[in-house]
Amino acid sequence: MSSTDGTAPPDPPAGEPSAGEPPARATPAAEAPAKNLDLGPVGHLGDRLFAGLARGSGGLVVLIVAFVGIFLLALAIPALADDKSSFLFSRIWEPGGADPKFGIAALFYTTLISSVIAMVIAVPIAVGVALFTTYYAPKRLAAPVAHAVDLLAAVPSIIYGLWGILFFAPILRPVIDGLADALGWIPLFEKPASEDLGVVFTASVVLAIMILPVVTAISREIFAQTPVTHREGALALGATRWEMIRMAVLPYGRSGVVSASMLGLGRALGETIAVLIILSVPNGNDPWNSSIFAGGETFASKIANNAAEFDSPEKTGAYIAAGLVLFVVTFLVNSAARIIVARSTPGGKRQRRPRPDKALEGATP
Amino acid sequence: MTTTLAANRPAYDGKALDLTGKSGARAFRNTLATVLIVLCFLIALVPLLWILWTVVSKGYHLLLDANWWSQSQRGITVRRVGGGAYHAIMGTLIMSLLCALIAVPIAVMGAVYLVEYGKGTKAAKVVSFMIDILTGVPSIVAALFVYAVWITVLGFNRVGFAVSLALVLLMLPVVLRSTEEMLKLVPDELREAAYALGVPKWKTILKIVVPTAFGGIITGVMLGLARVMGETAPLLILVGYSKNINTNPFDGFMGALPTMINQDRTELALQPAADRVWAAALTLILLVLLLNILARTIARFSTIKSK
Amino acid sequence: MSVNRLLRVGTVAVASLGVLALSACGSDPEPSGSSNPSSSGSTSASGGDCPKGTLNAEGSTAQKNAIEEVIAKYNEKCADVTVNYNPTGSGAGIKQFNASQVDFAGSDSALKTVATDGGETEAAAAAKRCQGSPALNLPMVIGPITVAYNVDGLDKLVLDGPTAAKIFQGTIKAWNDPAIAKLNAGAKLPSAPIAVFFRSDESGTTENFAKYLSAAGGGAWTGKPAKKWTGTGAGKEKSAGVAEGVKSTKNSITYVEWSYAIDNKLGIAQIDTGAGPVELTADSASKALAAAKPAGTGSDLALKLDYATKAPGAYPIILATYEIACSKGLSAEKTALVKSFLSYFASADGQGALTDLHYAPLPEELRTKVDAAIQSIS
Repeated sequence: MSSTDGTAPPDPPAGEPSAGEPPARATPAAEAPAKNLDLGPVGHLGDRLFAGLARGSGGLVVLIVAFVGIFLLALAIPALADDKSSFLFSRIWEPGGADPKFGIAALFYTTLISSVIAMVIAVPIAVGVALFTTYYAPKRLAAPVAHAVDLLAAVPSIIYGLWGILFFAPILRPVIDGLADALGWIPLFEKPASEDLGVVFTASVVLAIMILPVVTAISREIFAQTPVTHREGALALGATRWEMIRMAVLPYGRSGVVSASMLGLGRALGETIAVLIILSVPNGNDPWNSSIFAGGETFASKIANNAAEFDSPEKTGAYIAAGLVLFVVTFLVNSAARIIVARSTPGGKRQRRPRPDKALEGATP
Repeated sequence: MTTTLAANRPAYDGKALDLTGKSGARAFRNTLATVLIVLCFLIALVPLLWILWTVVSKGYHLLLDANWWSQSQRGITVRRVGGGAYHAIMGTLIMSLLCALIAVPIAVMGAVYLVEYGKGTKAAKVVSFMIDILTGVPSIVAALFVYAVWITVLGFNRVGFAVSLALVLLMLPVVLRSTEEMLKLVPDELREAAYALGVPKWKTILKIVVPTAFGGIITGVMLGLARVMGETAPLLILVGYSKNINTNPFDGFMGALPTMINQDRTELALQPAADRVWAAALTLILLVLLLNILARTIARFSTIKSK
Repeated sequence: MSVNRLLRVGTVAVASLGVLALSACGSDPEPSGSSNPSSSGSTSASGGDCPKGTLNAEGSTAQKNAIEEVIAKYNEKCADVTVNYNPTGSGAGIKQFNASQVDFAGSDSALKTVATDGGETEAAAAAKRCQGSPALNLPMVIGPITVAYNVDGLDKLVLDGPTAAKIFQGTIKAWNDPAIAKLNAGAKLPSAPIAVFFRSDESGTTENFAKYLSAAGGGAWTGKPAKKWTGTGAGKEKSAGVAEGVKSTKNSITYVEWSYAIDNKLGIAQIDTGAGPVELTADSASKALAAAKPAGTGSDLALKLDYATKAPGAYPIILATYEIACSKGLSAEKTALVKSFLSYFASADGQGALTDLHYAPLPEELRTKVDAAIQSIS
């Protein structure tokens, strides 16, 4: 998933095509419902055609999604019905054959833990970078830095994977050993049995690097839009730069950062080829290892690694069922982001563009 | 707005910030924050520059060769030097442009529906919800879906067009959302003026609203294109990789930059193959960069002046 | 706000992309070795039997390097034929072949005549794809599988079937295990645990290696040979993944095709078959092949490899990659293409190109049989 839609230029009011975005970004004038303005002649042929096209396109989107969902379900259900083990709680993966057994417990765990660690690492750094480019860096430095970070969203994920296992993993190994020595008594950080580099933690750090540009780009755009009056108000009260950021910038950008993070989390959950290249796969005989310093498989890497071997409908169905779970998890994450954004700013609409009239009115004590 | 502002008042988090006088503790916290933020930036910079440096330093020399841009890999094995990425560049461009050709009209009309026709209605909420679902579809799931429809049900061969179809699923929500945002920014005064002159709604949208938002729409398209160009999973499942030039997306195997990387990455121990991996990656980054620059330029020339 | 200007900018944007796409009229590189720059179309004068067209194939990764080399050499002879080979794995190759997606497939095992999934057999599905005629299993590329390791200071390692089976099963866990020490008298074996890497994708290499462990392991290997690994260790994707894993991990071991072991400069274990340790060479691999017997009759050339061979100087772990092609039922055009390419592949010329790439050439007797089977395609 080498995606680059986090690279919206910061200067123009370009739409940020993000999932976790508030549904409307109202300009003062746009608040009047458009349907009230529909004064065109009702029977106009062009109008009816055009409206039909527009409605058709909207309907097509609904149809496509419904079709994808129904298709995936239809292919997954027969396989799920044949499943001889618990789909949700088993970690065995032996689809196909006369006695198919497959469960997603291990996949679910690895997918979630790797993405969550990636978030824990990436979000604070991304916020720091975004603050740096908006309020700390000299103007002349800020733009090139922003563009350089954007450019990283353009690096194909396959390259992150190669770089991760070939160049980065050996450097990270001493860190893993150190962490395992210090925290090894917690099962999550249990010391690895071998010197193998392809562990969940390595994949998480690479995922963090991959989502960093996306989270940074969105956070930056939002921080930059903190109304000048808020910032100057804080400074005028004698606040230091950090206090100004705490009082004005962070509260203003909080919901934006949350939605950016959720978008990043969605990316990390669905990332395929980089994880596939990095992670070592545990064999089926060893007991399950919950350590982040052991190997594992995510939904996406499991599907991609076995895509070549979908040779019977039962087998394909098992993988499609796994894909369906991934689909649902990603969707839940995206929905959560929308709900958080809607909750944290009552009314559900976050102000992105400064509205001089009201901002002034509020800022004057 | 008042709620946000209330949140910004110093009394907001209970432990009122003491803004009287620059005490040592406050100055220290300020310095600490500055140091941490600069540190964040430096920490982020290291891996990012490292990756870029790896790709550029290992890949640039092949790009300087004119053959890289004009020749295919036909007859070049992993042990031989030579050949170029022309077949893969063409494949990537053809598949993503074909994808844009399908996705952009649907996306723009869908956005027109959301902003101009369906605003506030239940149907529009459903469409909006579906777009969110589509945003969350991992590329491998999109590829599986198209495989099931195109090959299993319809019985067609694996061709470049199938990849384009899978990419449509990924590009559609990106372009639709950004177009929607741009259309929302078009001031209603423009629409009202057109209606007042007796222009029918469809003509107003086509001749006033969409052209006004044109720059932003193009930006969204470019970003959407950039997103789909680097996708690997649909290419792996939906089209065979060919080292030869094939410009027909409806017949035969087709090369593409991500699959070219994927082919040669299995032979990284061999110098000619390793060189090509990094060069192909750099080519892909440059293509996306070019799209981004185009998008920025267009956006700069066409910023909507709302008032 | 000038709409015209916007449109102009848009046009420029689209046009510049178009220019980028079309300005350089792409071409194919000249065949290497041809010094005459304008002869790419006419060097095929010698090959009177060169058809024109495109041939698509897919399958085994084990033969990737071999078939790429042969395609390159074939194109020097027949410049007007385009051959695409997609190395996605044997199972994928057979699946795509049976779904009529490719013209022939490469597979590390012959088409199965016993159903594994309770459905129709691979052979039956292939016959259906070939309009009712059986599909041929043509052994074409013989690739030895190495037991490759990375242990500091250990230049030579000898293993026998039972020891190898115990290592890959996980019952021998450390390098200084008495069983290994007995076979390597005088070698400095570390006390470190053995890190085993296996192929996490389903693979013909895994299946053939497991067949060896099962046949020569003296009961130490408990799993049933399958494309999916049943032993111990950590899984890596494809041959490149396991080779890279061993390269970057100390005290590790894996099974991988010969060329990957050499390219990654890994140690290669000698195999003691009971007749003394055998080093892997093209010669020792061919000797094991000579011990192989045909499994089928007539034009069915599926081989039955003797993994437990005790023939002196024979390296027992070899993998035969088959090209799976229709005996009848393809269009006339595709038939001509398949015949032309596979004949070249099975020719002395085509097989001769493989030794440098660390494959073993087909023994002459088998090669003539394969060639005869290809000529019978109609």
